[in-house]
Formats: sequence, structure tokens, C-alpha cells
Amino acid sequence: MSIHNYVRCFLGILQREIYRFFQQTGRLLAALVRPLVWLFVFATGFRNVMGFPSSPPYTSYVEYDVYITPGLVAMIILFNGMQTSLSMVLDREMGSMKTLFSSPLPRWFLLTSKLIAGAFVSILQSYAYILIATLWIYYRLGTAGLPPWEGYFILLPTLLICGVALGAMGLFVSSRVRQIENFAGVMNFFIFPMFFVSTALYPFWQIKISSKVMYGLAYLNPFSHVVELIRFGFYAEPNLESLIWVICVGAFFLGCAIWGYDATRGTVARKMM
Amino acid sequence: MGASVSSEFALEVEKVTFQYGKYVALNDVSFQLRKGKFAVLLGLNGAGKTTLFSLTTRLFKTQSGSVRIFGNDVHNNSTAALQNLGVVFQQRTLDMDLTVQQNLMYFAALHGMSRTLSKERMQIELERIGLAEKIHEKVRTLSGGQLRRVEIARSLMHQPALLVLDEATVGLDMGSREGILKYMRQLCDEQQISLLWATHLIDEVSDTDQVLVLHRGQLIADGVAAELVSQSGTSDIRQTFQYLIDHADSKSDSI
Repeated sequence: MSIHNYVRCFLGILQREIYRFFQQTGRLLAALVRPLVWLFVFATGFRNVMGFPSSPPYTSYVEYDVYITPGLVAMIILFNGMQTSLSMVLDREMGSMKTLFSSPLPRWFLLTSKLIAGAFVSILQSYAYILIATLWIYYRLGTAGLPPWEGYFILLPTLLICGVALGAMGLFVSSRVRQIENFAGVMNFFIFPMFFVSTALYPFWQIKISSKVMYGLAYLNPFSHVVELIRFGFYAEPNLESLIWVICVGAFFLGCAIWGYDATRGTVARKMM
Repeated sequence: MGASVSSEFALEVEKVTFQYGKYVALNDVSFQLRKGKFAVLLGLNGAGKTTLFSLTTRLFKTQSGSVRIFGNDVHNNSTAALQNLGVVFQQRTLDMDLTVQQNLMYFAALHGMSRTLSKERMQIELERIGLAEKIHEKVRTLSGGQLRRVEIARSLMHQPALLVLDEATVGLDMGSREGILKYMRQLCDEQQISLLWATHLIDEVSDTDQVLVLHRGQLIADGVAAELVSQSGTSDIRQTFQYLIDHADSKSDSI
């Protein structure tokens, strides 16, 4: 098998994810409605009582709806990562995973391709949301509330890295979830704590003032670093610490997912239980 | 596309044992399938057929023994081995939300085929099974027999030299069953494709087929159907199968 075969395989997996995404219009709407409700309802309600003084990457006082936009982009990626996980569990139940795993290319490559394809779908969703959020902030605050234009481009690789990292987490979860019915539990125990104990809604320094324990949890929460990476990416500013965190977490969970889907462990282990 | 096939045997299963915890699903199973031959893997439900298929298709990893496709070990040289393998699983594996074309193109991509070649092959295979006009239809709208035929077309997209089908006719009406079986035999005769056909439906066996009887994880017979019938002193393959099962059961009871 040559490099061409690998590229074609990856493109095939990517194309399938895109087909599936556009055939499930409800999925696109759900992906957009969730953060937009936060932006239009939650942030509108809180912007008179919340807003933060200047701290990197911001150079002036930050309105609350400007502050939470990166967190809501990260929310889209988090939910899509879990959606990837859900679709893997569904693929396993419906049998289409057999088609994937009985193809000749190595399993790690197939899983990584699936992951990147999922991240690509996250990017499409994220930019759709960013477009609406940008128009909203421009309407409210004018250009002063918007990040620099180059931030929108720098965000692209940032979103890919974050999408792969959170998708890897989802992939690992899917290797452990035996039935689709168990997925609601994953949502309650995984997604919501990750989102709320993070910097998506409040900055690190404010969490630190409120509670040292919460600050420690938020700092150790990889989702906080995803949010920060996106926040700095928006402003075309580097955030090496968060980048390292996200890459390490992504690599760790990808390794775990490949281990979880190993022919000797995953399916066989499940049959044994 | 299927790679070159130099080995004399399409499939070699050698001393394969596989356990789910303490339950032994396959116990020291060995057999060979020659190039261009049609073999029927017979066994009751739970005999170990699906486990054997899972090992042959790399879904499971062998715990002991080896499975080779045209001389290539499925686990140590999986890319070369699986390039030559076409599979139809017992469970439906098509993506119901996609069209026939999207499903086939996805499968071709998984095998690293170019778009031009994939389209060519798809047209040929769909015409051959009489479903060319369904190419843009969602898989969800097809009947059970049509779904199976699409899966067979899909398994042949990359022109494999070995095709394995796990209970491919289960749940189909008599007409669809006969049509699919006839087509499989035709592939074997005309294109020299080696075929392993797992079933528990004995009327699908013909006199010249290689018959492998799997029972409680053990291979209890391996030979040409007509020869097995004469060796067992029965009058047809149905009786032979029953005789072999009873014989194996009485042997294990006495132990």
C-alpha cells in the first residue's frame, strides 16, 4: 500500500463524515442552537453584572458575550467529540465498524482518520457559530468587540488541534461504553462537569479568588486549556502552555483509544464481561 | 485492489484456538481452502463460525495458531492479507443513511482505490447483480435481498481473490437465497475466486463442495461433500451432517 492508498482512505472516511453530517440537519441545528442560547440568553442576562478587566489576550475591558464566545466554540467541539463517540458506539451496534476494521490499512490509521474527520466537522460547525457570533458582537459593540481578522485564520489549526484532542477523548469513551443507552450517563458525568469547571464561563484568576480547590480542578481540566487555546487563537496570540496541555491530552487519549479498540482487548474484553 | 496471489492456498487456518474467558469458542481448528474452490462451512448456531470469521477478517486477534490468506498472516501481515479478502458479514454493515453509491465509494476508499477505478468497478458490480438503477437510492429503501446483493457487490469492489460470507442468506426468501448462491458459484467457476460460505442451511451444499463441519468449536469433518456422504454410509449430506454431529456429541459425552 502506497501513500496514495492512505490518502484515499482518509479522504473516504472524511467524505463519509461530511455526508452523514449534512444528512443530519438536526445535528447542525443542535450544534448551533446550544451555544447560541448561551450567547443570546445567558450572556445577555449576565452582561450587566459580569464583565472582566483587561487580561491577556484582551487589551481592554471585556464584555461578557465577547468573553464567553471562545468557550462556546470549545463547547461545540466538545459536544461534537462526544457525538463522534456516540456514532462509534452506533457504528459498532449497526455493524458498520466491521467494514472499517476489516479493511487492509492499520487500525491506528483508521481510528486517527476517523478522528480528524470528526474534527473537520467540528470546524465547520464552529465557523458557522463564529459567523453568527461575530455579527452579533459587531451589532452590539462595533469593531471594538471583534478580534483581529488574522485571528479567524489562526483559529483554523487551533480548532483542528482542539477537535482532535477532544475527539480522542470521545473515541476512548466510546471504546469503553458498551451500549448506546449508557451514553446519557456519559453526558452527565463527563461533558457537564468538564464545561462548568473550566474557563469557558469565568477566567482562571476569578475562579482562583473564589475557590482554590475549584481553581485546581479547572487548571487540571483539559477543557480549560482547549478554551484558552481558542481564546488566544482568536487574538492571534500564542499560548504555549495550553498548546502543550492540549497536544499531550490528545496524544494520551488517542493512545488509549487505539488500545481500547485493539483486536485483543476491546471487543473480546466486552464479550468476556 | 487485490494484490498478487502466489500461494496455492487461498485460506489456511492452522491450530486456531480462541476463548472468551473460560468459554472455548474454537478448539485447535485447522483447515485449508484451495485457490478457486468453493467451501461450505457448516455448523449449528453457536458452533464458532462467526468467531472464525472475526479472526479471518482481523476483527479479533488470534490467541493461538494462525490464519493466513494467500500465505500472508492476517495479524502479522494484515495489509497484504486483507487486500485479497472480500467479506460479507452476517450482520448488515451498510450505512443506511447513505446511498448505494456512497456506501460503495466509501468501501473502495477504505481499500485505497482511486475514484475513477472505484466508479468503474462499482458500475460493473452493480450491473452484474442487477442493481445499477438503484445506485443513487438510499440503502434504507432497499429490500433485504437487495441489501445483501449490494453487500456482495461491495465485497467484490476491490477484486478480491478470496471471498468469505457469513450466513449471507439468512432471513432471505427462497428466490433471493437461490439467486445469491447461484451467483456465488458462478463467481467461483468463472473468475476463480475462492469462496468460504458459512451457513447452517444444509440444502445450500452441492456434491462437489469442500465441506467443513464445525461443531462446538471443533472441526469434526473436512472433505468433499459426496465423499463425506459415502464415508458416513448415509444417503445425503443432511443425514451425514446429523451423523457427524451425533457422533461428536456421543464422543464428548463418553469423555
